[in-house]
Amino acid sequence: MSATRRTQGWTAWLLALPFVAVFGVFMLLPIAGSLLMSFTDMTVRDVRDPFAVDFVGVDQFAALFANELFVQSLGNTAYFVLAGIPLTMALGLSLAIALDAGIERLRTVFRVGFFAPVVTSIVAIAIVWRFILQPDGLLNTALAFVGIEGPNWLADPVWAMPAIILMTAWRNLGLLMIIFLAGLQAVPPELHEAAAVDGAGAWTRFRRITLPTLRPTLLLGAVLLSVNYLQFFEEPFVMTGGGPLGSTTSVSLFVYNQFGFGNYAFGAAGAYVLFVLIAAAAAVWFRLLRARD
Amino acid sequence: MPEDRRRGSDAATRPARWRRPRAGGAAALYLGVSIALILTLLPFAWMTLGSLKTEAELSLLPPTFLPLQPTLDNYATWLTQLDYPLHLFNSLLVAVVVVAGNLVFCTMFGYALAKLDFPGKRALFLLVLGTLMVPGIVTMIPLFVLVANLGMANTYPALILPFVAAPLGVFLMRQYILSIPDSLLEAARIDGAGEFRILGRIVIPLCGAPLATLAILTFLASWNNFLWPLVVAQSESMYTLPVALALYSIGPSGIQYGLLMAGTVLVLAPILLLFVVLQRFVIRGIATTGIR
Repeated sequence: MSATRRTQGWTAWLLALPFVAVFGVFMLLPIAGSLLMSFTDMTVRDVRDPFAVDFVGVDQFAALFANELFVQSLGNTAYFVLAGIPLTMALGLSLAIALDAGIERLRTVFRVGFFAPVVTSIVAIAIVWRFILQPDGLLNTALAFVGIEGPNWLADPVWAMPAIILMTAWRNLGLLMIIFLAGLQAVPPELHEAAAVDGAGAWTRFRRITLPTLRPTLLLGAVLLSVNYLQFFEEPFVMTGGGPLGSTTSVSLFVYNQFGFGNYAFGAAGAYVLFVLIAAAAAVWFRLLRARD
Repeated sequence: MPEDRRRGSDAATRPARWRRPRAGGAAALYLGVSIALILTLLPFAWMTLGSLKTEAELSLLPPTFLPLQPTLDNYATWLTQLDYPLHLFNSLLVAVVVVAGNLVFCTMFGYALAKLDFPGKRALFLLVLGTLMVPGIVTMIPLFVLVANLGMANTYPALILPFVAAPLGVFLMRQYILSIPDSLLEAARIDGAGEFRILGRIVIPLCGAPLATLAILTFLASWNNFLWPLVVAQSESMYTLPVALALYSIGPSGIQYGLLMAGTVLVLAPILLLFVVLQRFVIRGIATTGIR
């Protein structure tokens, strides 16, 4: 028996080896490298000799939080996440409930249609939306039709971020819809029937039956969106370049630009701040939605 | 009475969970959802229409809806002057190798994690799972330093290798293989089959569904991947489609929207077609793993 166990151990390691080797070199090593790098003064000049750098303690992090654009990018990212998540979840949940409430014919058409933007390249759709959001583009033409003079969305420091948030909600609502639909299937119909017999209206049943049963699904949706939204990058890269006046510079875009300037350690420190934020956001969601049981 | 019909013979098979709405309510529901669907698909329509217009027409105010003189010139420019075939080849090559690598590596590792005992198994699995939330921006800079020192910058291996061992794939395969009964494997072991043989003859033939899901999700992720290709593909001949499109759109010619829309159609159309054909797998896969 112990002999077979031992051969199993060897075989298991042999099976694990290809994955673990690639994963170790191209994932674990860079994760550790990024952390180490953020405590050094590494720049593009040290690429050929990365171990010759000096350790500077937390200087990079101090410089980061003294950097106005970085602080602004944290605020922008918070804005994007805090406005984007509720909007996307509300849209996704509304659609899921509508589809669950009585859409039987053409169900697949609706699912596929609403989900289509989820599979698309953000770069490509960001360009399409840039076209739509032009000063005299589709959106402003439609707004003019009902007598509203739309702003120059992407060139206006006030309106650029809401425009990007709108696009992101559009792209992701289908994902949330599918996740919530799966959650709604788990709501026992008997509960609704019993409550309806007792005279509970649709809104009461939604609050007292649907929402509580949906809690794990809501949690999953919130965690997913947090992880995705906190790292948004392509949208400002393609649509605004981070402007106007830095109003759409995300943390990821800030780090990318620092990398472009050759400030490697500084950029790595910024990336780690983002990493910590993502982990913290996930932890908060688990807390929030678990605690109320 | 809606309540009574709810308990009718079709209640068990009917997917709707709530009270069946009255005829008027159902019509309103369909109308509302249909309008939402049209709004959702409108950007794709606008993109396609725009790609068929000339630059002169695109500068008209107010914008025309249908093209006055539909033209395929914008597509012709991508195919002849802007190297679309080359970028398409790059995107396809990278995606195909990344998919193949994940199918092989994740199945092997997933089987070891699900069905074999070895020291360090639990720690290894937790380590892999723990990286699921690591953003690409964190690994980008050290990865670039590593790749540059390996002499791999601006090569296909640099575009491919960081993605052939994805944590998500391991998670997916392990979960599925766990559901295969041990008795099936034990029987083969008693007959003297080795683990590789069991994997090849028993486990993999049972894994059609998760392998399909993994293949599609990995293909989508690779096709849409942007940050790392942007960093590591330095010459135009190595650009994947999203990199070529993004850099073109923020370049000096980035206001020629007819051309840009044709470019986005050329990037989006293959993936949307693939999605419509395989929608069952894609939607189920993304709903269970939650990763785009």
